[in-house]
Amino acid sequence: MAVTQPNTDLVIANRRETRNRWLLLLPSIVILLAAAVGPLIVVVIYSFLTAGDYGGVVWHFSWDGWLGVFTTSDPFDGTLSLANAHISILWRSVKLSFLTTLFCLILGFPTAYFIATRPVTQRDGWMLLITIPFWTNLLIRTFAIMGLIRNEGLANGLLEWLGIIDHPIQMMFTDFAILLGMVYVYLPLMVLPLYASMERLNFSLIDAAYDLYATPFRVLRRVIVPAVKPGVVAGSILVFVPSLGAYVIPRILGGGTQLMLGNLIELQFGQARNWPLGAALSLTLLVMVTVALIVYVRASANEGD
Amino acid sequence: MKQLIASIAAACLLAGPAFAEGNLNIYNWGNYTPPDMIRKFEEKYNVKVTVTDYDSNDTALAKVEAGGHGFDIVVPAGIYVPIWIEKGLLLEARPDQMENFKNVDPKWANPTFDPGRHYTVPWQWGTVGVSVNRKVYKGDINTSSILFNPPDELKGKINVVPEMNDLMALAVHYVGGETCTNDMTVLKKVRDLLVAAKPNWVSMDYGTVEQLAQGDIAAGMNWNGSSFRSRLINPQLEFGFPQEGFPIFMDNAAILADAANVDNARLFLNFIMDPENAAMISAYARYGNGIVGSDKYMPEDMKTAPEVNIPPELAKAGFPIETCSPEVMKIYTRIWTDLQK
Repeated sequence: MAVTQPNTDLVIANRRETRNRWLLLLPSIVILLAAAVGPLIVVVIYSFLTAGDYGGVVWHFSWDGWLGVFTTSDPFDGTLSLANAHISILWRSVKLSFLTTLFCLILGFPTAYFIATRPVTQRDGWMLLITIPFWTNLLIRTFAIMGLIRNEGLANGLLEWLGIIDHPIQMMFTDFAILLGMVYVYLPLMVLPLYASMERLNFSLIDAAYDLYATPFRVLRRVIVPAVKPGVVAGSILVFVPSLGAYVIPRILGGGTQLMLGNLIELQFGQARNWPLGAALSLTLLVMVTVALIVYVRASANEGD
Repeated sequence: MKQLIASIAAACLLAGPAFAEGNLNIYNWGNYTPPDMIRKFEEKYNVKVTVTDYDSNDTALAKVEAGGHGFDIVVPAGIYVPIWIEKGLLLEARPDQMENFKNVDPKWANPTFDPGRHYTVPWQWGTVGVSVNRKVYKGDINTSSILFNPPDELKGKINVVPEMNDLMALAVHYVGGETCTNDMTVLKKVRDLLVAAKPNWVSMDYGTVEQLAQGDIAAGMNWNGSSFRSRLINPQLEFGFPQEGFPIFMDNAAILADAANVDNARLFLNFIMDPENAAMISAYARYGNGIVGSDKYMPEDMKTAPEVNIPPELAKAGFPIETCSPEVMKIYTRIWTDLQK
């Protein structure tokens, strides 16, 4: 009895702690359920309803929203065909998001390495510089890019002044403009996790590799990259996922003709007045992001181990 | 003592909005509400006015329909007014019985979109046409072929304002159809025309005043007042009235059914039918206003502007834009999605 008493106390204390943890977690769980799962259920329901004449939905079951994601029927002869418009927008979104991630990695890796190899006292200063773009609103930064690349803007003016071109290059309203905007905006999201994992890198390992006559490329491939892989994975996810759903950047720099998925979805809720299709497209995007994440995380976990 | 009261009174006056008798929340198109007129209204009625912008009829409709918007006044295009009324979003404020209604131009006093003006008051009217940078193209610009079969100089430099009804109305008349026709052969021609024309357009975007003036685009479907404002920045810009037919629209101020400040909103509707105030709207956004007698308060450049004064030989090509049936709208939407991919 005298022996079991403290044990029971321990069990009770443990239980109380578990309960307290759940109680502490409860507010955030409730908020998550209400703010994320609730609207998601509404979106799922809407995707199976009929579109109203002037927007909104009519409470009448229909597959039209989902059929509309991948197929289109000609309004004049009624023939059903693959929705070329949607597929080309889908492809543009995936392509641009992939390229954005790639360029962010190419630019972000040396940047993070540079900062991580500075003396400890200087690193914070360099990191501060990386976060400066966050001090200004995304919209304003995007408009600033517009000022740089427009036909009579700074970039074209400079190239013409240097005599490299005699007509302005059309940069605005192209895929290039969107890519430039996204790489610029999302680059810090790549640098920050890369830096975090590089900071923990044991640099004596690199010295050891050199002592064993490894070439610089081999050091990069066999020592640095495996060590900072968690940073690469985190950075790529942080860049790829928001790129896929980008809205403001393609809206401003793409000029309304180079739609990405985010803009296509907005179109359905606005002028096109097809909420069920918009809802189905949103869910398609959600599935794409989830699949991409699972594939990417699995692939990077398997390889190298 | 008197001095003390006077200074307290003065302090109260200086404190301004904090002591205003109320509020008025206006929801209007961007770049469309003259700040000087708003200040005048605020001072005259001691009301604090807040203006919020939207960029399209659909944005405004969706936001107000969702509820909880807090707006009192909205300014939808004529073709959207029947939708707003049908959905019960507007208050039947009877502006036709207001004091200043006598100033409304008879041409605009009984429009098809709001018979007898039981709901709405004229804000501004304008035309849909083409803006062209004359430095780039010197040929005839009074034609929709600037958009639909553009000359080589303009290919790849055209912006089309993404206002579906305006573009469709222009295109239907270009292929020889009637407004809101449900003739499938005409609509098919429209679709083929637009799909073939789209590769020549560089963008489909709002906010063209700056982009035209800065040379991002050399031509585009545009509204006359917007084109006027671009010309004030860049004198090379001219506005064409398409001879194949050009839509005439009117935006109208109305009170929302769930407005919180109905009395101030009524004051505002009456206020903008005063010729002097209507002239301030036109002087700012550069469109005609539909209020008789406002001419004499207009700035000089407004009276002579080629964008506002339709050439007599082209006037008969103008037609009022109308609300099409849901079945026609469905086809418009389909064509529209194909265009915006």
